[in-house]
Amino acid sequence: MTNISQRYGLPSAFAAGTLLAGCSSGVLNPQGPVGADEKIILFDATTIMLAVVIPVIIGTLAFAWWFRTGNRRARRLPDWEYSGRIEFVTWSIPAMIVIFLGGIAWIGSHDLDPHKALASSVQPVEIEVISLDWKWVFIYPQEQLATVNQLVIPVNTPIHFKLTSGSVMNSFFVPQLGSQIYTMAGMTTQLNLLASRAGTYTGLSAQFSGDGFSDMRFDVRAVSEEEYKAWVASTHVGTEPLDVVRYTHLAAPSRDDAPAAFGHVSVGLFESIVRSHGAPLISSSPPSASTNGRPL
Amino acid sequence: MFGKLTWDAIPLNEPIPLITVGVLIVGVLGILTLITVKGWWPYLWREWITSTDHKRIGVMYVILALVMLLRGFADAIMMRAQLALAAGHATGFLPPEHYNQIFSAHGTIMIFFVGMTFVVGLMNFVLPLQLGVRDVAFPVLNSVSFWLTAAGVLLVNVSLGIGEFAKTGWLAYPPLSELAYSPGVGVDYYLWSLQISGLGTLLSGINLTTTILKLRAPGMGYGRMPVFCWTALASNLLIVAAFPILTATFAMLLLDRYVGFHFFTNDGGGNPMMYINLIWSWGHPEVYILILPAFGVFSEVIATFSGKPLFGYRSMVIATMAICVLSFMVWLHHFFTMGAGANVNAFFGIATMIIAVPTGVKIFNWLFTLYGGSVRFTAPLHWAIGFIVTFVIGGMTGVLMAIPPADFVLHNSLFLIAHFHNVIIGGVIFGAMAGYTYWFPKAFGFRLHEGLGKAVFWCWFIGFYLAFMPLYVLGLMGATRRMQHYADPTWQPLMQLALGGAVIILIGILLTIVQLVVSIRTRERRRDLTGDPWNGRTLEWSISSPPPAWNFALLPNVAGPDAFWKAKSRTVVPGSEPGLVPLAVPKNTPLGFFVAFFMVILGFSLIWHIWWLAVVGLLGAIAVCLRHTFRTELEDYVPVTMIAEHERAHRAHVIRA
Repeated sequence: MTNISQRYGLPSAFAAGTLLAGCSSGVLNPQGPVGADEKIILFDATTIMLAVVIPVIIGTLAFAWWFRTGNRRARRLPDWEYSGRIEFVTWSIPAMIVIFLGGIAWIGSHDLDPHKALASSVQPVEIEVISLDWKWVFIYPQEQLATVNQLVIPVNTPIHFKLTSGSVMNSFFVPQLGSQIYTMAGMTTQLNLLASRAGTYTGLSAQFSGDGFSDMRFDVRAVSEEEYKAWVASTHVGTEPLDVVRYTHLAAPSRDDAPAAFGHVSVGLFESIVRSHGAPLISSSPPSASTNGRPL
Repeated sequence: MFGKLTWDAIPLNEPIPLITVGVLIVGVLGILTLITVKGWWPYLWREWITSTDHKRIGVMYVILALVMLLRGFADAIMMRAQLALAAGHATGFLPPEHYNQIFSAHGTIMIFFVGMTFVVGLMNFVLPLQLGVRDVAFPVLNSVSFWLTAAGVLLVNVSLGIGEFAKTGWLAYPPLSELAYSPGVGVDYYLWSLQISGLGTLLSGINLTTTILKLRAPGMGYGRMPVFCWTALASNLLIVAAFPILTATFAMLLLDRYVGFHFFTNDGGGNPMMYINLIWSWGHPEVYILILPAFGVFSEVIATFSGKPLFGYRSMVIATMAICVLSFMVWLHHFFTMGAGANVNAFFGIATMIIAVPTGVKIFNWLFTLYGGSVRFTAPLHWAIGFIVTFVIGGMTGVLMAIPPADFVLHNSLFLIAHFHNVIIGGVIFGAMAGYTYWFPKAFGFRLHEGLGKAVFWCWFIGFYLAFMPLYVLGLMGATRRMQHYADPTWQPLMQLALGGAVIILIGILLTIVQLVVSIRTRERRRDLTGDPWNGRTLEWSISSPPPAWNFALLPNVAGPDAFWKAKSRTVVPGSEPGLVPLAVPKNTPLGFFVAFFMVILGFSLIWHIWWLAVVGLLGAIAVCLRHTFRTELEDYVPVTMIAEHERAHRAHVIRA
């Protein structure tokens, strides 16, 4: 165990870590406007706070060391316990920082509200997201197709996500595109994202959902308009449809599912999943003939 | 006959839990055998188990917390080892079914049975001494509170060997924690052990709040209370206000699980979002319940070892109470990503930041307490300085995540994990360790080994940075919490570095044990007979160490803040104390122990659906309480001669020193 800490010295690992955070799949390497704005907020807020935090750390160490018992040059003030002026400053500094950051929080919350449609001249692509145990289903209502554990989106096109869960809570998150949002059974949340550069980005669930949670990863492929159209066309051909029966199979718990695609989707499937409140769309036991009668 | 309990509940085919349980059973049996062979049972029963003395109960709380720290840390290092291995296609050595229990148990144990238990223990020990009174308001209730906490601890640990623990995370969010998705007994272990220990915490909160509000030495107005008492008041007010929410929330989840209610289920009109709101209405005040007494410890430690009064006493008090109130108004920041509108998110974001103002004021006031002081670099001061340096970083990342759009990318990531360990280790654990080192000589009459104490500090300090700074970076790289494995191999070096940090913390924890053993063995050299080893400022240092059962022969007359400091600077006229009277000290009672015994039976049988045994447990607990109400002799009287003798001996030591 000790050779681990020997092999990776602290400074080099930090340098490497920061570098990796900058150039890999993280939130510091955003590929869309939402993530880019959030990165700016991260940096601005951190800088503002460091302006106080660093002097406090240095001050603490400096005061403690200078006023150590052995230092004859230190001027002692053994009864000094109050100064109105200093108290005024100690309340003002954090208050000013908070007013500043509060402004960022207020404006940022409204500008980056996940519900808010992104400004763009391009018509948004609608995608319906359903989290299941333990996989993601994506329905493209405009294109009438669906995928499992893979998301293909046209670049520079706003994507409007409507999200729900067919099971427990999850959180839909593509770190390089920005904001995440929870998926909950019986409810619909909304999220607007845009990829401004083509590429493959990792998506994941950020809310623990059970044994298969760690494998709820999917690739987000941001492709050009033409490639997107070609993908839609090719998916329509030769793949099976996603209907209530197929969905019920999908909803059974399974781990680490391979990506899949469906060339057709039953109309209103997403809405009926929301209405089902996480219950199976077809009950596994044969439905009783008299649903009006209350068995006692 | 035995409900759901069968032989399948014993993890005979899983080597890791089996070995752990084996070691645990051997260890416990070893200790019990030692006690039996040495004939210590009567002493333990008389002096500790049935004790109603707040000092003994405080010490037992702290011992329980230290023991549970070992358990919680064992979970932590297993998680770190798993993640150091499970990169790419590797899956590590812990399957998800087991790993999920480990992180759930780690969080539950560290918050409820290490943090809370440690902090409550310190408050129990210190409060009456600082307030200049003879005990807490309700000494018997105090014993019951402690034993209920111990009952919760026992149930959590039983889950290791019989059945399983929750696999839901430490807050057991529904619908995952509902019967439909967690049909096993794990969530029931979680719920019942926390219901039982939570009852103990609530009773303790009521007890200590009453003590501070109603029992103070003559002349000790609110404006003269030591700051630790103020932070303890704020903390206990929060316990009284927040823990009923927890109990009610868990009660609703229990109704869902046991009798088919639909409070938080997906179906039947339930709403899981309600649980998440409720649990955080408790959960956010909870973190201030933990941190405020730690702030109090640092205030005492920094003032004492700077040889100065605390700078800005009034600001400190206002800041403490402001945090107390504000902590109830920010719970939504734990789920900005649940889809609330921009106004709601912004409101709770800004409310959260406002807490940074009083907290910042506290930091500045500690800074100015150091300024102009004569700073002695003792082990407790090391913890305090380490705390300020570490806590401002944790505070900064906390305020960062209070900005909703920043939280949209950091929520549930390892950045969040790094943040709250930054404030909980850097704040609560450092504070607990500072308090432990600072008040140890008061409790036992000798100091802990200073060099080893500093070594423990450096291990925790360096280990913390090594373990959690990589997690900040990993969070920014898109690593989320509660993963059992991950695909991106570039994360692995940082995960291994974090494991290295955890190993250094492990060395620190082991050194704590070494320090305790070494200090006990060499206690004659470390003896402090004056009762005031640190040149302290508050009343607990004015009496002998360990204090007598009655604490103060005569209640001190308090003329201002830092009562003992001012008394020391006056010339003391030695002489016989006038007006000594026989003092009543509460009689020992096994009530707490027996209530807890029956509550363990109740909890265990409810977990396993053994209904007849549950009835036995419940009736047993009620019966011992009823039995207690028929006691006629509640107090022992200490004769004047004994008090006078103790006082004379103590004064002689003080004068000789």
